[in-house]
Amino acid sequence: MNQTTTDVAMAAAEAQNSEFLVFSLGDEEYAIDILKVQEIRGYENVTRIANTPDFIKGVTNLRGVIVPIVDLRIKFNLEKVEYGGQTVVIVVNVEDRIVGIVVDGVSDVMTLSPDQIKPAPEFGVTLSSDFLSGLGSLEDRMLVIVDIDKLLTSDEMALVEKVAE
Amino acid sequence: MDITDFYETFFEEAEELLADMERHLLELDVDDPDSEQLNAIFRAAHSIKGGAGTFGFDVLQKTTHLFENLLDHARNGELALRRDIVDTFLETKDMLNDQLDAYRNGDEPDQEAFERICKILQQLALEEIGKGLEAAGGDMPQPDAGAKSEPPSQPAEPETGAEASGDPAAGTGASNDGRRVVALLGVGEKDRELLVEELGQLGEVIEHHGDEKRYEVVMESTVSDDDIEAVMCFIIDAEQLEIRAPGKPGERPATGDAAGDEEKAAQEAEPAATPKGAAGAASDEPPPASEAKGDGKPKPAAKSTDKPKAKAKAGSESTSIRVSVDKVDQIINLVGELIITQSMLDQTVSELEGPANGNLVNGMSLLQRNARDLQESVMSIRMIPMDFVFSRFPRVVRETAGKLGKEIELVTEGAATELDKSLTERIIDPLTHLVRNSLDHGIEPPEVREAAGKPRTGKLTLSAKHQGGNIIIEVIDDGAGLNREKLLEKARESGLNVSDTMSDDDVWQLIFAPGFSTAKEVTDVSGRGVGMDVVKRNIQGMGGSVQIMSKPGEGTTIRIVLPLTLAILDGMSIKVGSEMFILPLSAVLESLQPAKEDIYAMAGDDVVLKVRDEYLPVVAVHEALDVADARTELTETIAVIVQGEGRRYALLVDDLVGQQQVVVKNLETNYRKVPGVSAATILGDGSVALILDITGLHRLSRQKKEARRPKSATRSLESVTDNEMETSS
Repeated sequence: MNQTTTDVAMAAAEAQNSEFLVFSLGDEEYAIDILKVQEIRGYENVTRIANTPDFIKGVTNLRGVIVPIVDLRIKFNLEKVEYGGQTVVIVVNVEDRIVGIVVDGVSDVMTLSPDQIKPAPEFGVTLSSDFLSGLGSLEDRMLVIVDIDKLLTSDEMALVEKVAE
Repeated sequence: MDITDFYETFFEEAEELLADMERHLLELDVDDPDSEQLNAIFRAAHSIKGGAGTFGFDVLQKTTHLFENLLDHARNGELALRRDIVDTFLETKDMLNDQLDAYRNGDEPDQEAFERICKILQQLALEEIGKGLEAAGGDMPQPDAGAKSEPPSQPAEPETGAEASGDPAAGTGASNDGRRVVALLGVGEKDRELLVEELGQLGEVIEHHGDEKRYEVVMESTVSDDDIEAVMCFIIDAEQLEIRAPGKPGERPATGDAAGDEEKAAQEAEPAATPKGAAGAASDEPPPASEAKGDGKPKPAAKSTDKPKAKAKAGSESTSIRVSVDKVDQIINLVGELIITQSMLDQTVSELEGPANGNLVNGMSLLQRNARDLQESVMSIRMIPMDFVFSRFPRVVRETAGKLGKEIELVTEGAATELDKSLTERIIDPLTHLVRNSLDHGIEPPEVREAAGKPRTGKLTLSAKHQGGNIIIEVIDDGAGLNREKLLEKARESGLNVSDTMSDDDVWQLIFAPGFSTAKEVTDVSGRGVGMDVVKRNIQGMGGSVQIMSKPGEGTTIRIVLPLTLAILDGMSIKVGSEMFILPLSAVLESLQPAKEDIYAMAGDDVVLKVRDEYLPVVAVHEALDVADARTELTETIAVIVQGEGRRYALLVDDLVGQQQVVVKNLETNYRKVPGVSAATILGDGSVALILDITGLHRLSRQKKEARRPKSATRSLESVTDNEMETSS
């Protein structure tokens, strides 16, 4: 498992400096590849879908396109899940799908050089290190770099219908 | 802009032309061919040849060239059509399809297959056209020159048209005393002999000499150079041929080459424009070449018959344009947005009061009407008639029936029924499989049919019709029907869990089990037991279902029910708690407020509702979809009686909001299929509402009840009410 993360880290190294969008979930700071981000909008008008996991908030209308909304705070078992003026939806584009993810706030865009990205250690159960590209260290801050592609298309997100083999 | 940008256009056009060609070939009556059809087939081949030449698809060009020449003889009546010749033509058409596919995928076409088909076509040309000539020869006053000049008199008509406008000099070369030198460049000895013999048929060969590099044949003939070339090109390429008048080698070079150039020039033009240009030239101003021919020949009538042909060609210019589906989808999305904006405005305007706003209100209602019309027109762009699917089946049936030695009449109904384009494309494969299956297993051989007192010819019906929000496609045969015992026996052999008390419907569904086949032996048509399960999976993948109805001795009907995924849906908006849902109006029968005395509890928490002597199972939306703030007291809710897949039940909702047309948006695009929900739509306020799946909702509610109560009595209850329904409906 560490193998894959170092692989990813090395792949990132080859790409030289990359830009990341930094967002917060509770007190933690996360980052995703900015090229995956389509837009950022407020959390509003989400239609609930029954019989789905609770972290799937429902669907919303993004200029005529129906987009599912995932609350990463629920997915990552954060204690405090509130929806307010600060609650933000990051609309990402993964594998030709558009998905909105709910986060507590978006702070900034950062450029990380390959040596600032450290391989992620084996984590707990909630967030498997499979879904991490690494950890970004920035002076006294630590950014959890999420591999949003892998995370959103994973089985446990139940966002994508897997073709029955 | 690169020429490769036009590839896709060419491929699409060629594909359409080939489909056209096949349709005409199949409709062709071999004994009395319709000249319009022959012309259409010829034109298709010609256009493809032109395009192939432009894009440098050599193999395709050569194949179409040979094919075109043969077709040309056929349309001029020099090639007597027979069934096997038409079969060869069909085979050639398939080959062209393969070649096209190869080019499309960036490959080179199969060389072997190409050579084989060329050989077949050349053979056919040599054998059949010769025959045609001799047959025609008897009637002519000048048997030798006349008859032999007649056949190739028109073949190159479209080219001569182009030639006339481009370079009149090329044609005049043909009108000398008839003596000329035909030079064959780089032709092997065996072909040489053949060619000399062939030239002998066209005129008198005076002498021939030379080597492989350059072999000259001096001949005397009244046939035009173009015609000589046309005949020779069955065997060799145009570049290998050089025709000139004797004794003037340095002068205006070989007309054959010139004609070749002209032809190429014509091909270089936009493929679609070629027929028009050629036709225009031919009818406006008779080319000198054909003038000259007319003088020298006993059959000037040939000229006049050409004109209507040319006109027909111009008339059949396509009136459609090709647009990518993405663009259409984008328009559909935008119009959807427009409708939403319009609804929002409408809401605002309706809140305004006072006479001053009269104009505004009027304008709004006009806008609403226009927007609806616009939406309808846009939606219809994506819809294409089922004919697109059905038209390929005459071929399938003809070939399959031929292989199986069965006599089958194919009837299609509802070919004008429109279906979304993406669905028509996906339904073809499953449908082909079902048709083959019906032909192989369903319809009996003629002798068996006669013995059973049925007409020798089996009847296979393909039908399509709209029913509510669905399209129903049926494959109906009047064959032996499914054999219940055999199916059960086979199922036991395959280790499936079956019992003798299973209902017929359940037994029929067995044929969809993987690896299941009742055919006694495997034929190359069907019987391997692979497929029916795939058919079912494919159809389910489209959100549809398959039903089978069968009666021993009377036949089998396989019914495919497909939803119209992309369409405007007439919906009924309902409210449950604070949530809004859409019901497909087509599924709604009536709605009523349940009275206390009509509600019967059964087996615990199950409830049935009595509606005019019918007991209907009750499904509460708030239970199936976990709506928290819904009304739970039955008498306070509204029961909407709905029907889906033959099943009727009462759906409990809080309020009926109204009827409206909604744009169906697929949930699977960015998300996944959700049980109980067929799609989503966007409401006037911009929010998303889910469209409920009537059948799915029923299933969902049952699953939920069963999950809650493992030992359940629901099943027996269901079947009671089902029977009730059937008798009363």
